[in-house]
Amino acid sequence: MKPAPFRYVAAESLEHALAAKANEGEDAKFLAGGQSLVPAMNFRLAQPATLIDLNGLANLDDVRTEGGALRIGALARHRRIERDPLVARHAPLLAEAAPHVAHPQIRNRGTLCGNLAHADPASEFPAVVLALGARMRVRSTRGERWVGASDFFRGVFTTALAPDEMLVEVELPPVPARTGTCFLEVARRRGDYALVGVATVVTLGADGKVASARVALCNAGVTPVLVAVDDLDGAPEQVRKAIDPPENVHATGAFRRHLAGVLTRRALAAALERAGRAA
Amino acid sequence: MSDDKVKVRTTVNGARVERDTEPRLLLSDFIRHELGLTGTHVGCEHGVCGACTVLVDGVPMRACLMFAVQASGRALETVEGLAPAPGRLHPLQEAFRDAHGLQCGFCTPGILMTMKAFLAEHPDPGEAEIREALSGNLCRCTGYQHIVDAVKLAAERGR
Amino acid sequence: MTTRQFGASVKRNEDARLLSGRAQFVDDVHLPGMLHAAFVRSPHAHARIRSIDASAALAREGVVAVYTAHDLGDYWRPGPVVVPPPPVAGAVFNERTQVPLAKDKARHVGEPVALVVAASRYLAEDAAAELAVEWEPLPVAADLERSAAPGAPRVHDDLPDNVAARVRQTKGDYAAAARRAHTVIRRRFAYDHGCAQPMETRGVVAQWDAGAERLTVWDTTQAPIAIRNGLAAMLGLSERQVRVVAPFIGGGFGPKIMLFYPDEVLIPWAAMKLGRPVKWIEDRAEHFFATTHERGQVHDAEIALDRDGRILGVRDVFLHDTGAYDPYGLTVPINSQCTLLGPYAIPNYDSTFTAVFTHKPIVTPYRGAGRQHGVFVIERLLDFAARELGLDLAEIRRRNLIPKDAFPYDNEIIYQDFTRLGYDSGNYAPMLDKALDMVGYERFVREERPKLRAEGRHVGIGVVCYVEGTGIGPYEGAKVQVQTSGKVSLLTGIGTQGQGHFTSFAQLVADQVGVAVSDVEVITGDTDQFYWGAGTFASRGAVVAGNAVNEAALAVRKKILRVAAEHFECAEADLVIADGAVAIAGVPGRSIRLGELAVHANPMRGAVAPGTEPGLEATSYFGPESGATAAGVHAMIVEVDPETMIPSIRKYVVVHDCGVVINPMIVEGQVLGGVAQGIGNAFYEQLAFDAEGQLLNATLADYLLPTALDVPRIELGHTVTPSPLNPLGIKGVGEAGAIPGGPLFAQALEDALELPMKGKELNEIPLSPCRLWELAGSPG
Repeated sequence: MKPAPFRYVAAESLEHALAAKANEGEDAKFLAGGQSLVPAMNFRLAQPATLIDLNGLANLDDVRTEGGALRIGALARHRRIERDPLVARHAPLLAEAAPHVAHPQIRNRGTLCGNLAHADPASEFPAVVLALGARMRVRSTRGERWVGASDFFRGVFTTALAPDEMLVEVELPPVPARTGTCFLEVARRRGDYALVGVATVVTLGADGKVASARVALCNAGVTPVLVAVDDLDGAPEQVRKAIDPPENVHATGAFRRHLAGVLTRRALAAALERAGRAA
Repeated sequence: MSDDKVKVRTTVNGARVERDTEPRLLLSDFIRHELGLTGTHVGCEHGVCGACTVLVDGVPMRACLMFAVQASGRALETVEGLAPAPGRLHPLQEAFRDAHGLQCGFCTPGILMTMKAFLAEHPDPGEAEIREALSGNLCRCTGYQHIVDAVKLAAERGR
Repeated sequence: MTTRQFGASVKRNEDARLLSGRAQFVDDVHLPGMLHAAFVRSPHAHARIRSIDASAALAREGVVAVYTAHDLGDYWRPGPVVVPPPPVAGAVFNERTQVPLAKDKARHVGEPVALVVAASRYLAEDAAAELAVEWEPLPVAADLERSAAPGAPRVHDDLPDNVAARVRQTKGDYAAAARRAHTVIRRRFAYDHGCAQPMETRGVVAQWDAGAERLTVWDTTQAPIAIRNGLAAMLGLSERQVRVVAPFIGGGFGPKIMLFYPDEVLIPWAAMKLGRPVKWIEDRAEHFFATTHERGQVHDAEIALDRDGRILGVRDVFLHDTGAYDPYGLTVPINSQCTLLGPYAIPNYDSTFTAVFTHKPIVTPYRGAGRQHGVFVIERLLDFAARELGLDLAEIRRRNLIPKDAFPYDNEIIYQDFTRLGYDSGNYAPMLDKALDMVGYERFVREERPKLRAEGRHVGIGVVCYVEGTGIGPYEGAKVQVQTSGKVSLLTGIGTQGQGHFTSFAQLVADQVGVAVSDVEVITGDTDQFYWGAGTFASRGAVVAGNAVNEAALAVRKKILRVAAEHFECAEADLVIADGAVAIAGVPGRSIRLGELAVHANPMRGAVAPGTEPGLEATSYFGPESGATAAGVHAMIVEVDPETMIPSIRKYVVVHDCGVVINPMIVEGQVLGGVAQGIGNAFYEQLAFDAEGQLLNATLADYLLPTALDVPRIELGHTVTPSPLNPLGIKGVGEAGAIPGGPLFAQALEDALELPMKGKELNEIPLSPCRLWELAGSPG
């Protein structure tokens, strides 16, 4: 299908983009990668009156560290996430999830921030940033604020972003010593939305015992779901009880729940092993 | 409700192109109908099948998920730009012909462009890598085996 | 160069064009003044149309016309039955065909209600969105079994129920066989074969030249000649005024031979009415509704065997979902009925099917065309019988294979070509042996499987057999002509959708006429170039058209010899044709290029002797008396993760027999592509309809076509039993790979998950990780 008509604004600066958005609120959408927005527009499920194209803006695609934290800018493409050595070092969980996101051609254009702002609970990256305790830097003409990942995802396709706000950067906190992570998903085909996916983070104490463990899941609820694990052995059952997974043509809620338990066990074991090997 | 037109200034297969279009004109439609380069095919407009894959600054992207106006300032390559001269074929095209890597040919241009970029980065790929790189291109005729063989053949010949 | 091209893996003539993006597909056709069409389609599976208000749509910029059923006048009528019901005694067939635009009610989601024509597809869709249809939703008959039950909402009000057809075919006396059987196995099976989803959707471009009074239609059809004939009749034109072109087609697989789709009938009419060319290209979203499906059947089947596992008889009663209309007759269920018999000697058979109307898109053949369903039933029955009798699964098959000296083998019942089902030739035991050998059956069962199981891994093996009736009539034709350039033209009525006809047919001509394969220009799919033919379907192209091509080429060869003998004043036996020239053997300098000879054969002056024809040209037709029976055995080793139920194919082997082969490379491609579709059918593709007849997964994101990561590397083996029914001995191969995937997966997955030990069975297709878990894995 062909998209409905819209007004096109090529943003010349971040301020220009924010001003345009402030002007029109919900009737305008930012266009970054467009890999979620444009298919919706082609189906006429989304019919924004205005598109504000951010692709001409320089310096929004930075991937850098600041004070040990990893900062990923609005226009950093998934392809960058997959390959950038800084991401591999400071957020291997992101790099591990990246190959599961759609297909190579989509990853060449789609952006991490765009994916997070789209907030599809079936999507991998929201679960990953939730597991990592990320903070989102949000800007508008009114100023700038930070939102923690657990406050950012509010519902299906719904975030804490106000109608005039843009997600400009994701910050991933410094990784504590003796931490291991693992991302696993089960999907019908590579690149499809996961039937369910888990992102796990395990940190060992100086005594070598598990100091903390958490699991974040995608396609397990109306937002990514974070579970702070009490003990590793009981984690699968704890996770199964904590989630309310959706039902659709690909899987029942019961099967997703079962898979969540299986993947939790496997991913925590891998994360634990990696934590043991980490400096 | 007619929109204001926007200007598209881009390069396609090395040639400068300038047109005025509606903002909503998809890049796939721009290439095929505005420029008459019908080698790039449209299979779904959902961003799933990969038939419309073109190179944007050397990187494979789905033309059905971009608006023509977004090609401004970029360099596009389509299948028509692959052959070095009329009557001759690019080594990748030759390998596809030699390995029977196409049947109906509808998905083929998208696969050629994807593989061109892939081989440039991975000149010595294994079967698993090739299949992974192909996973974003659907083919309903070949079952992929001969496509994989064609890519291997092209890689071999390129070395 | 006297190398024989027949049997060689010649590179394809058509590839350079396709690879360079220069091949013209229907959407590549661009005509001055062309308008674009979009349809308004029913969002309801069953609903009455109360009113249609097109005023807002007509007022939109760029809109040229909006048509509803009432605007069509006399042109509005139900489409023809494309394939009449088979001549089976007692058969019931209720003909109800689709209409160009729904008039009073819509009977499936996506049924077209209005046609919008505008300056661009974008504008046409804008207008379509503004067309106001007032619907009165009605109760829906979606589920196959519920639609067949008394009291179900009726799809056609003038019928007492939803029975579209009922056909019973018998052979021998099953009841008597069952009475004396040692073992009778009864099961219920549900088999769903999805939709074709070629990478190119359908499309129609029509242009009426009022000055020349000629209509040209470009159509993604597999049968341009039939479309030409039908459109001419419908539009009140002579057949000679209509040209239908099927240019390069991006995959057919069956649905593109459904004829007289609403759009095929409307776009030419609109082009004539508006006096401007009109283009309609189906987008993928509407393809899920606007193009036909193949779908499901439910079988209650039983098999009677003696104590040694020999089949005494089979009885099968099944329901077949035909969708809202039945224009394509009963091809699919007849194929199910016939192909169930397989390569086995089944002396007694009693098969009854009821085709059922449902409020869903029309069902017509998709690669395999109902054979899948029948093969699933017999292969599963044999598996269960084997287990009951303590026999190896390969062994029970071996014991029942038709022996090689039993051909031609008469299966008595009526096949899709309306002739008595007979197998022309075959030798099945060596195929089974070869497949078992290639997959390493003995070693796997004796050593590998126990060893891997001891390690906690879940591996299983499957082996299934099938036959495929191919190469049916009525006929095809071909014309071969040596041009004065020395190149040779081959024209045929058959169309091509990627099967390599431009090359395989050229090979036949090259051998007879003595030119290079690349010097044979093949023209297909243009009704102006060749007048007569049926179409590309049912794995018949190489057999039927191929033989016509060969006959025509042979006739041209004879003319070449005759004309050259006259020219050189020598005996025909002294001549040699090679490398594009005719020469007197052993006499250098006495040779003439074929092109020059063609000039001699068409003199400007003098006389052409009575009884001869000008030029070096001949036309020939071939119609086989019945179809040629191809066969195959597939074997697979699979490993399953028992917690996630994700399978991984470790080995996939195909042994096939399609008789004599023209181009092994092309045949291999056909089998490999078919296997990928078989894997899709078995484990990925399912049309998920809800109780309201809504298709829940009408996108390529949710209707899962296998990708390069889902199809393994496949090993191919090949045996040959030539067909005695055509001079070249060819059998068709187009559908082969796609046929046995379902039972293969069921058998192998049952083995991998050790389900027989747990008293569980896989009696439905498609399967999926979730379904496997429900059937086999979930606790309790």
